[in-house]
Amino acid sequence: MNFAFSEEQDQLREAVGKFMESKSPSAEVRRLMETTVGFDPAIWKQMAQELGLQSLHLPEAHGGQGFTFVELGIVLEEMGKVLLCSPYFATVCLAANAIMNAGTDAQQGELLPGIASGDTIAALAFTEPNGKWDASGITMEAKGKGDAWTLEGTKMFVLDGHTANTIVVVAREAGSSGDDGIGFFVVDGEAKGLNRTALATMDQTRKQARLDFSGVAAKPLGDVGKGWAALSKTLDQAAVCIANEMVGGAQKVLDMAVEYAKVRVQFGRPIGSFQAIKHKCADMLLEVESGKSAAYYAAWAAAEDNEELPVVASLAKAYCSDAYFHAAAENIQIHGGIGFTWEHDAHLYFKRAKSSEILLGDATYHRELLAQRIGI
Amino acid sequence: MDFRDTPDEAAFRAEVRAWLAEHLIGEFAALGGRGGPADEHGFDLRVEWEKLLGTDRWLGLSWPEEYGGRDASFAEQIIFSEEYAKADAPARVSFFGEGLFAPTLLAYGTDEQKRRFLPKIQSVEELWCQGYSEPNAGSDLANVATKAVLDGDQWVVNGQKVWTTLAHRAQWCFCVTRTDPASHGHHGLSYLLIPMDQPGVEVRPLKQMTGTAEFNEVFFSDARTDKANVLGEVSDGWKVAMATLGFERGTAFLSQQLGFQRELQDLIEVAQKRGATAHPVIRQELADSYIGVQIMKYSGMRMLTGLVKKGVLGPESSIGKLYWSNWHRTLGERAMHVLGADASIIADPIADPIADPIAEVTDGAESNYVLGELHRIFMFSRSETIYAGSSEIQRNIIGERVLGLPREPR
Repeated sequence: MNFAFSEEQDQLREAVGKFMESKSPSAEVRRLMETTVGFDPAIWKQMAQELGLQSLHLPEAHGGQGFTFVELGIVLEEMGKVLLCSPYFATVCLAANAIMNAGTDAQQGELLPGIASGDTIAALAFTEPNGKWDASGITMEAKGKGDAWTLEGTKMFVLDGHTANTIVVVAREAGSSGDDGIGFFVVDGEAKGLNRTALATMDQTRKQARLDFSGVAAKPLGDVGKGWAALSKTLDQAAVCIANEMVGGAQKVLDMAVEYAKVRVQFGRPIGSFQAIKHKCADMLLEVESGKSAAYYAAWAAAEDNEELPVVASLAKAYCSDAYFHAAAENIQIHGGIGFTWEHDAHLYFKRAKSSEILLGDATYHRELLAQRIGI
Repeated sequence: MDFRDTPDEAAFRAEVRAWLAEHLIGEFAALGGRGGPADEHGFDLRVEWEKLLGTDRWLGLSWPEEYGGRDASFAEQIIFSEEYAKADAPARVSFFGEGLFAPTLLAYGTDEQKRRFLPKIQSVEELWCQGYSEPNAGSDLANVATKAVLDGDQWVVNGQKVWTTLAHRAQWCFCVTRTDPASHGHHGLSYLLIPMDQPGVEVRPLKQMTGTAEFNEVFFSDARTDKANVLGEVSDGWKVAMATLGFERGTAFLSQQLGFQRELQDLIEVAQKRGATAHPVIRQELADSYIGVQIMKYSGMRMLTGLVKKGVLGPESSIGKLYWSNWHRTLGERAMHVLGADASIIADPIADPIADPIAEVTDGAESNYVLGELHRIFMFSRSETIYAGSSEIQRNIIGERVLGLPREPR
């Protein structure tokens, strides 16, 4: 038994952490969040070409480096600390995983090298206006056969859907329901009949789009009709990824709160000397550390691709969602009035915590899923 | 990062499993794994069982071989605990001796002291209790008033201890006493080892809200112990006492997670048999408790890996105590939700999860207040956020020693 990162993994964390700190300071986050595109293409290129982040866990046969979800989790945690504005999660943690889970080797060979090199920004369009995160939420019907299909309908809450060159769409065969009939399709971002609308997101640091499809030509990815297993696995992997990103943000808000509690003086003493504040910080630390335990363990289960993954994915998503939001909210409270201003970064983390909690299903949703998965 | 057994660990696991399969039979197997260090269920039989463990050096497995142990690694200790819990083996009677006193003795004792006390712990001939809290020294433990003065070759001890688990069963007490009469606070304290079977020691059971008396008051009136029975330096016992607390808050409770897992599994079965799992709120609560107990395991493994790498438990072990005590208290509250109206009757739903609760009251019975398993968890867990450093003390420690927040002005 060994629950620690290796020396190489620690070095990766250090390198990525330094990069994120220098490339994504608060001023840069604030500049990008006000834009529609929402990221800096130059940084995106650097991430791919200098650090190899987009290719990290992709297979070597398709331009990747063959690392695992543990290394991916480290990268995401460092990104979460600085609120990196980037289509990284959409491209690597959603679309690339979907392609690996659903696509044939030939299809992977076609799609993954572009992601690995940083040339492709990809999105996974599966949620719809009904806001459901499971198979029952997928109502968009795909018509066609062989290699020629068309898509009709609307996808909502699509991370970076307005900027992606490649969109992986989840739809179902006409007349199917539940877990049956699910299929993956690949659509070009500029496809005819696809109308993309950038949405005004509550969390401005992670962009979402609404995608309206009217007779859009689509290529199937894997076997149409048998996609549920691949989608379910993709969602579990994404839950693990977001959990690791969330613990990065949670650690950052804890650091902010503790730092402020040490220097802010009221009643003639630092507010951190009052138990009312000290105990809040202690509870935050407990939750942040517990969240890390869950997120790291889940990353290991995803790396091993073992039978524990569905349970620990929901476990980590549920716990880290609550822990991050609680920490982000307490951070505002500990900062008092200054924490409520636009100028202070506390609200950026608060909003990221909330949007991350909602993404892929909130804590309540995942606790119910977990209950089912452990046989309650 | 790898949670699988190495080949050596797998071989050790197989050895533990085989031993338990061979020995945990008959009346020992019938004891089951319920209860805890404070529980007196089947006590004498559990002593007999533990003697078997001691004979084959499973009791004391972490001790160096020269003191009768197996010099087991942390990983092996965890494997033993896991297999022990999986086998539903009896709760341990020598928790205070093996789990708390022995590691402190190994860290601070002289070779002579180790040779005197460790074998008797292993043979279960001597059980230990912990003399820390006093009526005016609870969270403020350094306010200890029990005095010890040297009279020739012996210490003479006067004072009162409280919340002393198993004092009525123990042969020895490791006891924080004030040996420098002019001192106050954590200076001038000594860690004395006091025999319990003597006229100067009186043990009075302390009946708790559970209706039972796992804890005691201990009165020392000119109680005596040999001059040599001091662990560490005279009047420098605070750090020794804190080391024991570290063991209590850290490693000693790691194996507890497995017991908690079992309790949750029992509760889930009760909920399912009663149809309570159809209720969405109950489902949320059970899932949340499951998440909590799994994280306890993951965090325990992280802590242990850190311990193996750095050699000592850091102040972050305080997180563990705060975490598990709160988790367990919440489990007790949720158990009452699962029982619904039947929670108002103290019958045992584990023994019979779907029967109507029957807990008949008879005038003149020895006790009309005998708690079923779920009620026991519900009530006993209230003590757990208090003992071994209350949750508030734990938060102070985390705030000040881990996060570096300023201390309260004093």
